[in-house]
Amino acid sequence: MMRARSKFSLAVSAFFATIERDVVVTGREFIPFLLQALMQPLFFLFIFGKVLPSIGLAGANFVALLLPGIVALTTLLAAIQGVTLPLVLDLGYAREIDDRLLAPMPVWLVVIEKVIFATGRGVIAGAVIFPLAYWMLGDHYAVRSDRIAILIGMLLLTACAAAGIGLVMGTVVKPEQISLMFTLIFTPLLFTGCTYYPWGALGTIRWFQVLTLFNPLTYAAEGLRFAMVPPINGHTMPTLGIWWVLLALSLSVIGTVILGTRTFYRRVVS
Amino acid sequence: MTETTTNLPAIEVRDLVKRYQKSKTNAVDGVTFSVRRGEIFGLLGPNGAGKTTTIGVLITSVIPTSGSASITGISVAGDPIGIKQRIAVVPQMSNLDRSLKVREILTFHAAYHSVSRKEREAKADQILDELGLGERKNEKVNRYSGGMAQRLMIARALMHSPDVLFLDEPTNNLDPQSRLFLWDRIRALNQQGLTILLTTHDMMEADKLCDRVAIMDHGRILVNDTPAELKKMIPGGNALEIRVRLADPADGAARERLIHALEALPGVSKVEEVDAPAAAGSAPGPPAGAPAGPPRPGPWGSMGGPGAGAPVPEEPGIVTYRLYAETAGTLAGAAAQAVLSAGAEVRDLHVKQATLEEVFIYLTGRHLR
Repeated sequence: MMRARSKFSLAVSAFFATIERDVVVTGREFIPFLLQALMQPLFFLFIFGKVLPSIGLAGANFVALLLPGIVALTTLLAAIQGVTLPLVLDLGYAREIDDRLLAPMPVWLVVIEKVIFATGRGVIAGAVIFPLAYWMLGDHYAVRSDRIAILIGMLLLTACAAAGIGLVMGTVVKPEQISLMFTLIFTPLLFTGCTYYPWGALGTIRWFQVLTLFNPLTYAAEGLRFAMVPPINGHTMPTLGIWWVLLALSLSVIGTVILGTRTFYRRVVS
Repeated sequence: MTETTTNLPAIEVRDLVKRYQKSKTNAVDGVTFSVRRGEIFGLLGPNGAGKTTTIGVLITSVIPTSGSASITGISVAGDPIGIKQRIAVVPQMSNLDRSLKVREILTFHAAYHSVSRKEREAKADQILDELGLGERKNEKVNRYSGGMAQRLMIARALMHSPDVLFLDEPTNNLDPQSRLFLWDRIRALNQQGLTILLTTHDMMEADKLCDRVAIMDHGRILVNDTPAELKKMIPGGNALEIRVRLADPADGAARERLIHALEALPGVSKVEEVDAPAAAGSAPGPPAGAPAGPPRPGPWGSMGGPGAGAPVPEEPGIVTYRLYAETAGTLAGAAAQAVLSAGAEVRDLHVKQATLEEVFIYLTGRHLR
């Protein structure tokens, strides 16, 4: 019987079955998922990339700076939601996660699965922005193609960092607090994350510039700008140093996953 | 399974203690018991007695403060993955994965446990049919009734062929049909060799299903034995109840003689007159001879034993006597003879045995938790 299998192979099987479960569940609501992830960025692109430049309220180059911010935000939101909302349900009154906790794998692997799956959701949501932007912006679509490896790395790291944040939120927040949490956490996250403005331009408001450095979204947006914004009129736009970006996001991933795993344990093991 | 593991008990718990953080008392306070392979073992106790915590330790969701627990010889603390491979849990309340369809709940559960795709597909259909859920296997569980959800959780538990099944109050909130069905299933599974540990408040359930029962309170096991042995704990728990029609209810001396005759039967420790004619509105005045001593509720109290709820006699002269004796069942003939000799006639005669509920209340008291 299956008893002969090693613990390692049992755990690996259980892990992939859990991934498959999440794929099936998400696949069943893939269209709602895409709508949820893409509605806001679509309108952003339309207003800032199309409407404002047309009526002369924004420069044509603004959208080149904005697009990486929107990719960062979309990736971040999709990944956070991909782990927080399911976790709140899983750990809620009905404890739907029990069956996976009783699968023959270590509890931390259940946590890692959540993070990996949410990372995948974030990357998909972020990647879909590119063809959409291409279609919507037409001639104004400008993304450099010589840093594609960094771009892919940044998408992954952004999604992973967001999944870590989502993990902490999903294990700390009670179901009845969820809408309050979205307001209290997302609004500041959104507006201090250098999504709609480059970090370098904040030099005149020094305190705010420093404040934004505490927001992982800042690093995500700046790293994506580094990977995406083409040289304009011959000079490259200054961004936060890519190594600082990678370091900060990696630290964020490690910190939130460790913290989130601990809070997860506290919820499921007493 | 190898020889050595077959000889080990299915479940072994030694000096188990669990104190939750910020709690001043131990939720489980030095519990020791073992369950043999193939046994149905019942863990009974009032709310907060420590049953669910004890199960929590065995299913790896509660870390014990001290003591040890093992399942089929595998240490719970040392090898939780090995434990999870061998157990299945049916909780009190539904924890079914509501994002999945009914059949998927089973197939994914099996997939989590490394059951091959072919095997799990076949087994899911088979178990769903067996449990009467085959027709609604492509729905989500939202539309399932409590009884169906319970059956589905049992189906899920069986998907990976566990050695030990934990049932936490399995028939709580079920309709009588579902309950009977579940009892049958539990017995059938046990006959196939599955070891079952169940908790319940339903004493009749424990009595009917369990080979052995442990009664817990305040984190400790008070008693641990077969239901039959436990019932012997109640003093005067067994009794013969005999309902008679007196020839002349007003004849106090005749009634005294009958009581003495009954008391004289071998093994009878006490005779009680349960419902005297005076209790009935239609009775012809107070009896001349009052019952011996003030009426006592006895160990039944007001819990609705057959004596307490006996029907009010419709005709005059009907009296029920309760004869307390360990060997109540052997007294029927002699008691009937005594009644007839006294000139009365026997209307009903039955042996009343202590119930597990009486044992439970006797041990844990009547106060609310």
